[in-house]
Amino acid sequence: MSNRATNILVPLISVILGLLVGAIIMLVSGYNPIRGYTALWNGIFGDLYTIGETLRQITPYLLAGLAVAFAFRSGLFNIGVEGQLIVGWFAAAYVGVAVELPKIIHLPLAILAAAVAGALWGFVPGLLKAKFRVHEVIVTIMMNYIALHVTNALIKTVSGGGDRTELIFTSASLRSEFLQNLTEFSRLHYGILLALVMVGVMWLILEKTTLGFELKAVGFNQNASEYAGMNVNKNIILAMVISGAFAGMAGAMEALGTFEYVSSKGGFTGIGFDGIAVALLGMNTPIGVIFGATLFGSLKYGALNMPNEAQIPMEIVEIVIAVIIFFVASGYVIRLFLLRAANKKKEVK
Amino acid sequence: METFPVLIKKNLAVFEGVKTVEYVVEMLNIRKEFGNFVANDNITLQLKKGEIHALLGENGAGKSTLMNVLFGLYQPEGGEIRVRGKKVDITNPNIANDLGIGMVHQHFMLVENFSVTENIILGSEPTKLGVTNKKDAAQKVQALSEQYGLNVDPYAIIEDISVGMQQRVEILKTLYRGAEILIFDEPTASLTPQEIIELTQIMKRLVAEGKSIILITHKLKEIMDISDRVTVIRKGEGIGTVVTSETNPSELASLMVGRQVEFTTEKGPAFPKDEVLDIHNLVVEDYRGVEKVKNLNLNVRKGEIVGIAGIDGNGQSELIEAITGLRKVKSGTIRINEKDVTGLKPRKVTESGVGHIPQDRHKHGLVLDFPIGHNIALQTYYKSPISKNGIIDYDKINEKAKQVIADFDVRTQGPHEPARALSGGNQQKAIIGREVDRDPDLLIAALPTRGLDVGAIEFIHSRLIEQRDNGKAVLLISFELDEVMNVSDRIAVIHDGEIVDIVTPETTTEQELGLLMAGHKNGAGVKGVDKEGEDQHVE
Repeated sequence: MSNRATNILVPLISVILGLLVGAIIMLVSGYNPIRGYTALWNGIFGDLYTIGETLRQITPYLLAGLAVAFAFRSGLFNIGVEGQLIVGWFAAAYVGVAVELPKIIHLPLAILAAAVAGALWGFVPGLLKAKFRVHEVIVTIMMNYIALHVTNALIKTVSGGGDRTELIFTSASLRSEFLQNLTEFSRLHYGILLALVMVGVMWLILEKTTLGFELKAVGFNQNASEYAGMNVNKNIILAMVISGAFAGMAGAMEALGTFEYVSSKGGFTGIGFDGIAVALLGMNTPIGVIFGATLFGSLKYGALNMPNEAQIPMEIVEIVIAVIIFFVASGYVIRLFLLRAANKKKEVK
Repeated sequence: METFPVLIKKNLAVFEGVKTVEYVVEMLNIRKEFGNFVANDNITLQLKKGEIHALLGENGAGKSTLMNVLFGLYQPEGGEIRVRGKKVDITNPNIANDLGIGMVHQHFMLVENFSVTENIILGSEPTKLGVTNKKDAAQKVQALSEQYGLNVDPYAIIEDISVGMQQRVEILKTLYRGAEILIFDEPTASLTPQEIIELTQIMKRLVAEGKSIILITHKLKEIMDISDRVTVIRKGEGIGTVVTSETNPSELASLMVGRQVEFTTEKGPAFPKDEVLDIHNLVVEDYRGVEKVKNLNLNVRKGEIVGIAGIDGNGQSELIEAITGLRKVKSGTIRINEKDVTGLKPRKVTESGVGHIPQDRHKHGLVLDFPIGHNIALQTYYKSPISKNGIIDYDKINEKAKQVIADFDVRTQGPHEPARALSGGNQQKAIIGREVDRDPDLLIAALPTRGLDVGAIEFIHSRLIEQRDNGKAVLLISFELDEVMNVSDRIAVIHDGEIVDIVTPETTTEQELGLLMAGHKNGAGVKGVDKEGEDQHVE
């Protein structure tokens, strides 16, 4: 079998298998899988509004996926995307609420604030790793909790005891009348364009710059990088800072686009953690992240329609969605089966 | 040159007459392809019971592929395998195991913090009432160890024992599983000279006890010492099988490489000029804070090769790392071209005109997951013409890589092939190409020919000498006396972190060097002992 054929066949078979197993789960729980999947389809592509909302949902996944993938390529496991996203969300919302400026200054400033906040949250584990060899997984997990509760406290202070901020000034908003008109007044905003630009930025950094060359070298082999005169510690810190900036921008998408405010949270948003799966599904490449984020965003948003239209309880829906993603992630196993089948065929010949 | 085919025919003819010989393993006309690449083409290897059969070929000639076919890791596209006369289909390593074929891998597959016995029974743990029965296993290991003279303590922990001992555990592992046919993959690559002698004895003992051995190697001396017959392959093709006692090293080398090979590199006299490297009272500690380099003084001049001879672990690694900026200097100074480089970062040292062929090419020399082209640019990627304002021009990298690949005869499919996919010799050529191409004033070559075949060694030595003849300084660190004697203009002997003496190859002997390396300071006294008691010191 040619390489190209397997590359197309594998994801296809993965999705079909995932859908089949999902269908079985719905069947044994007493729900009609055809109705369930129709509802899922309609929830993703049903009309212009849902398409707009699906794209909106994909936006933060894109940036969270980039954040995780970027760190991975430098040999670091950034589990702290969730926390970096939360501080980014707060920073963007704060700048959006605190001052009113011309849009051309205000909006970039708010996004920049989010990126800087995320970068700062990534800098701490990066520094600890570089200087004291503290494992970034431990530090980033703890930084997630700190982010969650510190922002909650800050929101309380800023809002004078409330649990959410005011709406941001429109001069800081990513909302777009044009995109809203196009999609029957969904919350689709300009963030999707920014996220796609960031995909390009990550690709440029990794594939075109000396920085990317060094980051990848450090990711593969620190000893050889040091031998070649690269500053390994500097690269570790930089990788975490850039990764954190991507994550912070994912928070800006929520603050300036989807919600236009920040509210105190009882728990994590989950977007940062899903970003790990998005990155891995996309094999840590910028283009792959588009694929992973699209899959995650679509399924997550489309699933919301399944309880409404097909009366399937949310718990079952979540299992079905998890199963589909699981099968897509198991593409390697399917590849293996295809290879074995091909070998058998050869032997028979 | 015309004599090779004749010789092969002569030797093959000897065997055609004796059809009655019993072969335990026959690999007949094996062909193995990877895509368009033919790794093995029509190779025949017949192993007699109770013989040591060497499989000789350059790096990347297809030796390992052939053995992986025998071990069931690869399926051949053509040819057949017979074990004890019966045609077999070895589709996975378990079948090879059942047929009594065992492999002693070059890179040991041992769990470091398990005991010898635990490692040996791993995967087929004997149980008594559901509990692992290590005691009986340990007794069996002990018995096997005694039978074959392996001298292994079944209860020792792997990380506490020497490399040579770990290899014996690998041998025991195959014996424990009932192997009758043992494949040794480059077994001496990581052993000390003493351990090599012991291994040779073990292999002879194994054969005496009725085992049959295939020895994969490219070291001619070993083959001459212990093998009965040799099968030679070159670039994937079977060249033929010769009887060891009827051949000689230079004939084998020619068969392997396909041309005449010089063992001692031709070199004219040195004309040393200004000092390039000057080390003064250098003290370096290892990671535990133990002084490994103690008040060391050394200089290297333009147009000369200084060899550092010494036994592994006498401070060589720390010395190189200190010069190249990879390790902190405790005290003393290092000057390059009269500029103090003590304590500078590796890049600053490199830019002061130092090239470094590192001791461990996988750990330091290469980013194995990078394409070979990226690796060739590993020291220059940030500089013009490859980079401008932090933007890399990958076309320039590939251009450079193609030039180095051509100049240094690196056998690869091109700059895009991952470094990991290259054979050891070609990886090393790429590193040497990268370092020499920058034309450094001082080239530090640490074990530059470790694990390489004669063809590659010859090539590398001539490149080092070429650097010297171009008026550059070369510092060679080697554990091989032949190499130090052949290539150096001056030899500095290191022992326990100090240069104990500096001699010239013309006026010294391997025996004298051996004694100096063992710490017998003061050459004069040594020479006296040397002349009278030569036999005691030469193995």
